[in-house]
Amino acid sequence: MRHAYTWGAIVIIVLVSTAGDVLLARAMKTVGDVGMLYRRTGLWTVVARILTNPFFLLGLTAMAVAFFGLLFALSWGDVSLVAPACASLTFVGNAFAAKLFLHEHVDRRRWTAVALVACGVALLAA
Amino acid sequence: MSFRKYLVLAGVVVFASVGDSMLARGMQQVAHIPLRHLAELIRAIGNPWVVGGIVLLLAFFAAYMTALSWADLTYVLPATSIGYVLLALIAKFALHEHVTPGRWLGILLITAGVGFVAGGPVLTPAPFHEKFEQSEAEAVSAGEKS
Repeated sequence: MRHAYTWGAIVIIVLVSTAGDVLLARAMKTVGDVGMLYRRTGLWTVVARILTNPFFLLGLTAMAVAFFGLLFALSWGDVSLVAPACASLTFVGNAFAAKLFLHEHVDRRRWTAVALVACGVALLAA
Repeated sequence: MSFRKYLVLAGVVVFASVGDSMLARGMQQVAHIPLRHLAELIRAIGNPWVVGGIVLLLAFFAAYMTALSWADLTYVLPATSIGYVLLALIAKFALHEHVTPGRWLGILLITAGVGFVAGGPVLTPAPFHEKFEQSEAEAVSAGEKS
């Protein structure tokens, strides 16, 4: 039963953190190339443009929730399961979400990279 | 991809792993103080390692947002995962932690994954993004002429 709770927490953390990354990526694609904007309009305009983007604020909130959720889960869950599972599954979740919601072209090269990194992170964090 | 953009990706990697290490070191020092009162919590934030860690993690976030403004999420995340390798090497050589064969295998897999994604395209050519960049480039060149 305790195992089921731990996996439940892992799934929720992975989903929220994936949502956060996708929202932040979406926000920054709407804002546009920051380097080019900076040269054209200056730092404060760029910062204001990012901070007033609703996707950015939603993404930041999701990242904060995922972060505190992870701290909470680590306080009662098995650290050697929660930490690597969350880190590596977030890579896989992000690849699916980026393809689905951001319409990124995830080719065989990128799938291979994601799979290798996810396995590697799981091994490192375990 | 320009040299400046490689610098931003390197910033994502270095700021995150060094920031995390500093925060971990600071919090280990602070852990001796029982965090019952708000004043003691504020003292924890006053620890120079914690302050340094927070500043570096803010720098990481700025670099990460910059990278996402011109590269795909499925490029930035695997490419910057080399930071995990950097953290393991810091643990091995600076903190003298033992790195098990399983962790060395993990380092190998991550490095291979980074090599795979780094050889590929940085950005999916999305119509709205291309159009946006084009109009920005025109605006920049018009600004330079005037």
